[in-house]
Amino acid sequence: MSASETAPVVEQSRRGPSAVRSHGRMLRSELRLIVGRRRNQMGLLVLASVPVMIAIALKVSTPRRGNNDFITAATSNGMFVALAALTIEIALFLPLAVAVLSGDAIAGEANTGTLRYLLTVPVTRTRLLLVKYAALAIGAVIGVVVVVVVGVLIGGLLFGLGPVTLLSGTQVSLAEGLWRLVLAALYVIAGLTALAGIGLFVSVLTEQPIAAMIAVTIISTAMWILDGISQLDWLHPWLLVHYWPAFADLFRQPMYLDEIGRGLLVNLAYAVLFVSLAWARFGRKDITS
Amino acid sequence: MTDLAVATHGLVKRFGQYAAVNEIDLAVPRGSVYGFLGPNGSGKTTTIRMLLGLAFPSAGDIHLLGEPVPERVSAVLPRVGSLVEGPAFHPYLSGRANLMRLDAADRFAEPGTAKQRIDQALDRVGLLAAARKRYRAYSLGMRQRLAIAAALLQPRDLLVLDEPTNGLDPQGTREVRHLIGSLAEEGTTVLVSSHLLSEVEQVCSHVGVMRQGSLVAQGTVAEVRSGAKPTVTVSTAMPREAAEVLRALGLSAVIETAAGAEAEQDGVAPERIVAELVARGVGVRGFVVGTPSLEDLFVALTGEGFDVGE
Repeated sequence: MSASETAPVVEQSRRGPSAVRSHGRMLRSELRLIVGRRRNQMGLLVLASVPVMIAIALKVSTPRRGNNDFITAATSNGMFVALAALTIEIALFLPLAVAVLSGDAIAGEANTGTLRYLLTVPVTRTRLLLVKYAALAIGAVIGVVVVVVVGVLIGGLLFGLGPVTLLSGTQVSLAEGLWRLVLAALYVIAGLTALAGIGLFVSVLTEQPIAAMIAVTIISTAMWILDGISQLDWLHPWLLVHYWPAFADLFRQPMYLDEIGRGLLVNLAYAVLFVSLAWARFGRKDITS
Repeated sequence: MTDLAVATHGLVKRFGQYAAVNEIDLAVPRGSVYGFLGPNGSGKTTTIRMLLGLAFPSAGDIHLLGEPVPERVSAVLPRVGSLVEGPAFHPYLSGRANLMRLDAADRFAEPGTAKQRIDQALDRVGLLAAARKRYRAYSLGMRQRLAIAAALLQPRDLLVLDEPTNGLDPQGTREVRHLIGSLAEEGTTVLVSSHLLSEVEQVCSHVGVMRQGSLVAQGTVAEVRSGAKPTVTVSTAMPREAAEVLRALGLSAVIETAAGAEAEQDGVAPERIVAELVARGVGVRGFVVGTPSLEDLFVALTGEGFDVGE
């Protein structure tokens, strides 16, 4: 905007803290709001319960060959509980968590009326969107980290940790295995952050957080369904979720990175597209809430 | 331009065909307390939303403290405190945590002084004792005060308060009035909207009256009041005869009532009116020359009083 280039009166009279410090302060305040909400804490518990359930179910059942490679592998190395949990949760629970946080982001503030007070502080609309998006991304980090850490802990407790036998059969050290687990977690986070871009866009369209939440859940679930219909294979590479399960490729020797690379590109494209759309819509929107 | 804290020119806001705000030219002088009056639904809040950059005008321009809005809104709003359409905060956070959140969002707020500034603002509206309570446990009056406290987190050149006394008891209303008065003494320009004239009448130096999207009167209180015409009221047992006399004297807007007759004075000396009435044999029981109160004028200007316009 050209307005910000002509020497602003206020910026001279009120210096204020540095940009980094002030954006950091707003982001921390945002995260405190997210983490402090009882409902979000319950949501984290749900996310954490999945690896626990998997581990206990494996422990008490008689060994048999499952259709999930990670679940089969988990009995020999607890670390795979985390991966099994990730595989299961990227289908619904993790996207649902992103949907809930997206609903709160802008639509929730509009619904409680706090949006008009934030904007008149003032927070520029661009800054508000960027801080909200950053908070959503960090929310995705928290969700995935909880699943992975709980998975490794409960898996380690029930099945032990040790040298990791990869899906391709080669054995690597536990440190190497954990490193690959971190990469897998980052890859899942990237996908969820792209979904958060869709969430942010939906969130500026409505004043009802529940409506935004449902819309995002429907979008991600619909993409999984479309991805499961083999007659639509021409469409699959364009679906956000199509490459999400590719983090399993990190557990082959050597790591197979083609699909992961394509997945990251699709994630990036979705994120850029939808954050831009959100910005374009929000920038000229009348705030009537 | 710079002697006006708020200036709009031909400001219009349309929602489809309907003009919620129609060509208004607001002029709020610096240092004034401007009462922005009008019934509910007359376009006050829509105007305020445009002043603060929340809504975009369909036509016309706005200058806030000399800066064009919405182009330079982020540069000027740090000097403007506002309360728009009632308080709104996160229900599960305490009053103080809510203010801390708004302060954290302020690009220019000094984090080191946040606690002190927040306590001062809470103290100023009498909420310090309830600062740790959750917002959802606040009464409507406390919520309103918290919103005013939010507007006072920084020193401001202009305060825009939309219905600040809504939901307050008479005691609270008086406190808000005092607060407005003391802020104005410190040199802050205050634009305060209300649908209840009596609440702001005593503190305002200027008023603007909205009716169905148009600004129907604006100026100092004295200027607006001078638009009110003095009336005469005759109490008599002979209303019809009294009314004839008033008409014969050339008074306008003559009305017969059960207890006598009323008309606008139109500059005719009261002595002459009474003498004429007596000379024509009308028994005068009482005679009053009155200036309508600002309240009467407000009702006259805004039409049917407090009904929502179509």
